[in-house]
Amino acid sequence: MPFDTAYEAITEENDSERWAFGTGFTDPLAGVDTSVPDGVDGADLAAYCLMLGDDALVMSHRLQQWLARAPELEEETALANIALDLLGQARLLFTRAGAADGTGRTEDDYAFLRGEREFRNVRLAEATDSDFAGLIARLLVFSTWRLALLTRLARSADPVLAAVAAQGVKELTYHRDYAAQWLIMLGDGTSYSRERAAAALTAVAPLVSELFEPTAVESRLAAAGVAVDPSQLLAEFADVIAQVVDKATLTWPKALGLAGVSGQAGRDGIHTEAMGFLLAELQSVARATPGATW
Amino acid sequence: MVTELAATELLTRAWEIAAAVPDPELPALTVADLGILREVTIADDRLIVYLTPTYSGCPALHEMRRDVASRLAEAGFAGAEVRAMLSPPWSTDMITSDGRRKLAEAGLAPPRSVSKAEGPVPLTLFAGGPPVACPRCGSADTERTAAFGSTACKDLRRCRACGEPFEHIKEI
Repeated sequence: MPFDTAYEAITEENDSERWAFGTGFTDPLAGVDTSVPDGVDGADLAAYCLMLGDDALVMSHRLQQWLARAPELEEETALANIALDLLGQARLLFTRAGAADGTGRTEDDYAFLRGEREFRNVRLAEATDSDFAGLIARLLVFSTWRLALLTRLARSADPVLAAVAAQGVKELTYHRDYAAQWLIMLGDGTSYSRERAAAALTAVAPLVSELFEPTAVESRLAAAGVAVDPSQLLAEFADVIAQVVDKATLTWPKALGLAGVSGQAGRDGIHTEAMGFLLAELQSVARATPGATW
Repeated sequence: MVTELAATELLTRAWEIAAAVPDPELPALTVADLGILREVTIADDRLIVYLTPTYSGCPALHEMRRDVASRLAEAGFAGAEVRAMLSPPWSTDMITSDGRRKLAEAGLAPPRSVSKAEGPVPLTLFAGGPPVACPRCGSADTERTAAFGSTACKDLRRCRACGEPFEHIKEI
């Protein structure tokens, strides 16, 4: 079906007055059986999908902020690809959440119309990066942790979650590899790059302990074979990070975990100052034009 | 009510129509070449086509779903439905031998076979694996220049023999 312009092609099935880029994205779980498995609490399953989906969306957004700022075109391409993989994972997880809690909320409802306190991502995902080394250290920690998590989640008793995780494992393997090679290059590079890489580890270290603290939802679902208890990921995480840090000729800094508020942190909806600014940017167009479809 | 024979013929025809839909990002290849066309079946007198996503965020899937549905509608399969099949996940091992040949002809180095292992993914500090043969001159004297390319499925390589850069379909 030939079109005179690209605009005509993308607005083919839509009311063009309300067109925005991305309009017409269909349900990524169309036709997939999204019934909640027997014995599993739908609200818990939805809450868990939001945790993992929020991690992916917020990290993806931070990566997208590097576009047009990366040191080389190849790195920009890499960061865009990693951001796209994570965005795809977020879409699947949000859609799974909307089906599991019975509200039928869409991926857009979750991404654009929730307030800061409703986001359940770990604070590692929302942190800003002071330089490229900062991003690399954060991406290494994030992808090492998420790869360990998804590897186990691929055996989840929820077949949808298991399938999303199995695909994510393949993607995260490339992400972790990319970040690991860059940290080694920076750490084992010039004295200046080494200094920056060491500072990056110091900046990311306080955000690590939160990754391994299970919430009540995760504990209940882990007992039902649906979720992964994050405390089980620590050994694999520590082993991989040690290998990379060693090859980078750096040392992992001793750090206290970043304090929460009354014991609450990202998984409870308690975020750092950076989160509000991130959401303001992420949600501004959707909030300024209510009813627009994406 | 359709007879068994007629149903088989219809399914074969529907498969052929769906199978011919090209990937918008790799136009030399069809959904069948890529191995993402999983199943064509009839349920409640309705034709159902199952496609498997490649990468979680691949935007081409949406276009392919739309193309499959519209080509089937044009061929008289009214109300055909395209569904996602998530499991087993797509792997580049599902690209057919025809698909591999077409990739090479289009100047894209086809993926090698994927080693499957259970349990934790070991850290390999993967530098691109054994050399990929240059799709232009066939030399094995090539190197990876970037782990990510213009789409999620490719990385960038360079041939030292003929001096040309080329893209390679990453193994997943």
